[in-house]
Amino acid sequence: MSQFNVMRTPPETAAMNTPLLDVRGLSIALPPGADRPLAVDNLTFTLNPDEILCVVGESGSGKSMTAHAMMGLLPAPHVRVSGGSLLFKGKDVLAMPEAEQRSLRGGRIAMVFQEPMTALNPLMRVGRQIGESLREHTALPAPARRARVVELLDQVGLPNPAELAEAYPFRLSGGQRQRVMIAMALACQPDILIADEPTTALDVTTQKQILDLIRSIQAERHMGMMFITHDFGVVAEIAHRVAVMRHGKLVEYGAASDVLNRPQHPYTRQLIASVPHYIEHRDDHAKTGAPLLVADKVRKVFNVGGGLFKKSKQVVAGDDLSLTIHPGETVGLVGESGSGKSTLGRSIVGLIKPDSGRILFEGTDLLALDRKGFRPYRRAVQMVFQDPYASLNPRHRVGDIVAQGPVAFGEDRGKALARARELLAMVGLDGSAADRFPHEFSGGQRQRIGIARALAMEPKLLVADEPVSALDVSVQGQVLDLLDDIRRRLNLAMLFITHDLRVAAQVCDTIAVMRRGKIVEMGTAREVFTHPRDAYTRSLLDAIPGKAWHIPDDLQNVPAGAH
Amino acid sequence: MLGFAQLFASRLVKAAAILIAIVVMNFFLVHAAPGDPAMVMAGEAGAADEKFVTQLREQFGLDRPIYEQLGTYIGKVVQGDLGFSYRQQRPVWDILAERLPATLVLTLTAFILALAAGVALGTLAAVTVGTWADSAITVIALLAYATPIYWIGLMLSLLFSIQLGWLPAFGYETIGAGYTGLAHVADVAVHLILPVITLALFYMAGYARLTRASMLEVRSLDFVKTAKAKGLTQGRIVTRHVLRNAILPVITVAGIQAGQLVGGSILIETVFAWPGIGRLAFEAVLQRDYQVLLGIFLVTSIMVILFNILTDILYGLVDPRIQVSQ
Repeated sequence: MSQFNVMRTPPETAAMNTPLLDVRGLSIALPPGADRPLAVDNLTFTLNPDEILCVVGESGSGKSMTAHAMMGLLPAPHVRVSGGSLLFKGKDVLAMPEAEQRSLRGGRIAMVFQEPMTALNPLMRVGRQIGESLREHTALPAPARRARVVELLDQVGLPNPAELAEAYPFRLSGGQRQRVMIAMALACQPDILIADEPTTALDVTTQKQILDLIRSIQAERHMGMMFITHDFGVVAEIAHRVAVMRHGKLVEYGAASDVLNRPQHPYTRQLIASVPHYIEHRDDHAKTGAPLLVADKVRKVFNVGGGLFKKSKQVVAGDDLSLTIHPGETVGLVGESGSGKSTLGRSIVGLIKPDSGRILFEGTDLLALDRKGFRPYRRAVQMVFQDPYASLNPRHRVGDIVAQGPVAFGEDRGKALARARELLAMVGLDGSAADRFPHEFSGGQRQRIGIARALAMEPKLLVADEPVSALDVSVQGQVLDLLDDIRRRLNLAMLFITHDLRVAAQVCDTIAVMRRGKIVEMGTAREVFTHPRDAYTRSLLDAIPGKAWHIPDDLQNVPAGAH
Repeated sequence: MLGFAQLFASRLVKAAAILIAIVVMNFFLVHAAPGDPAMVMAGEAGAADEKFVTQLREQFGLDRPIYEQLGTYIGKVVQGDLGFSYRQQRPVWDILAERLPATLVLTLTAFILALAAGVALGTLAAVTVGTWADSAITVIALLAYATPIYWIGLMLSLLFSIQLGWLPAFGYETIGAGYTGLAHVADVAVHLILPVITLALFYMAGYARLTRASMLEVRSLDFVKTAKAKGLTQGRIVTRHVLRNAILPVITVAGIQAGQLVGGSILIETVFAWPGIGRLAFEAVLQRDYQVLLGIFLVTSIMVILFNILTDILYGLVDPRIQVSQ
């Protein structure tokens, strides 16, 4: 079982030739004053034709820097290669003159980026953007280029390629844009394709489609592929070989089956242990007492656009949404982007006013209250936001951020600040944290501050909107543990909004699956994960990367993100 | 393209409504100023008594209730009649028609020059950021922006006309020369050089700074990285990807300023004795020539609205996303 699906090895013939890419002792220097002198430290690895090498690591591990060095994309002059060589088919890329490097870029070595929403020029038709690559690297005349663009768009599985070539990027969805990016990278039949977290920004079902596409294209063209990711599920899905990086150093390097099933380095073991696995659902939650919150047939429609001569378009963000949360229960609201899960969360907190339906909190309909009447309930329902970088005021001290809520409700400032320190200690930050500013903290620490801020109001219900999706896996595990610990200690009820089923499996008692503004399935985590009734739930579960991979038994029982 | 026509139509309807509001507001604004033309004329005529002033007021309709005066005024404006200047004893429309071309030639030339030079310098500065060229452009732009515009005008005129004698110091054309055809055009062009440069320098500085800042921001966006990864040359990345996106805020600001240029050149017209709208406005204020002043207000308002519509259309052409959100 543990050997399943990760036994792919590169063909023998490939290994005998010179490697496509040979990285020898590569070091990349950061500007003085950075948190470490070298972004990449003495890195050595090879990439063969017809092979997928997954480079795994958390943010700041230097994995993207390596790819950028290869593509000449390092932010000169601050960040530069300080040693080593990058041999492409035996020739050092770094020693080449700029013109020769440029002919490699996009020609022989192509790259796909993480953010499909921003990686395309918003003012240029996608066909032209792909054509640019051909114009630069081939002698094709314009009509032939146009034909080739349509052919490429067809190959990456886009419908109506001829029409789509004339579209601007904003007309396309994230998945379609990523397909365009892939078509662009494939334009000149490159030998190496570098993919820098190409599916991280996508929904799980789209991720599966893109991974399938990348894998089939790689196999068809026998390209060497460097796939950068932080997700071991994705690694299990596609890798032939794996390189694990930490703080700019290569800590483990080997065949995928070895690294995944018999990880040696403690860091690799820790990373694999913090991979949330959907099998580990919780025991059923024993519902006690009256429900804390009942959402009853909530409906919200947004009017988009419109003007003097134009009718606005109606978008139904949520329709007939009903759910109950009992004291101490964690309800997971799961769905892809645009499914309306945040709309429901925001309606409960009072940030959005639904058009119809009722939201009963301890029996009182929140929607029927006016501003003044609603105010006491603002305390009782608190929110933890997705982006820990944007949700804290950068000009306020952390202590003030946490104390502001209670102060606004009339508590004595001194007392509130003292309480803020207690709370910061409770979420695992040291005493000096209160006097510092948000920018002095890492993403995970900031999310802890966000949780402390919510707890300061002594809420009964916590609405957590994607609280860990901006965080690294190991940090993610720690924050989830913290939320779980607090929930149990304070007997908090929680509405946990997430797009990641694996995360939901780890923390939720009850799961509600949303699609296109409707709840398609709701049940205990055990039911939903083991016997999904709805076809959409099944397709979501099916799309989880690395399902076939069985996490090594000795790493299974380690709590996520071992402290 | 249907969306485009729709956009244009809706903008025109809004513009008409705005214009009516402007006409009414202008009227009250002018009447809120102390003193009226009758008093000024009486004063200029010398020993005038109360009776003479009253007679003047009756003659010009100034004794009527103010809403009646407003009604009369709007009625006339709608018919395209801007009134009669009793000071100059000529229809206002004739006076404006005589002055408008001079102003338009001056300001539009200056505007185009400022935009072209500003964007070019800003681009150059952004491409060479951190080097001496960037610093030099930044310093020049700052100086041009901070120095009073009339002082620059006077100094240029001192140097090029009085010291060097290369260019005429003031005026629209050589008086009494009676040039026709091409010779006339050349004559006006020579007179244009100094006022245009003076006016353009100021606006150019703004555009250069804006372009530089905008380019530096766009340069760090993801799609520029994509362009580099495609192996494009530096020149193509800058023109096709960076500048194309960076120009959007410049268009916004330029659109606002283009409208103001018509009425905003009073200083330049005064320094260079340029027979344009700006100086006409200045004189009309001193003489309490309501009809002329209202005419100028109307014309400049129309210009502002017109340029705003043009900017919107241009924006729609440059940025494909606009038509959707409209």
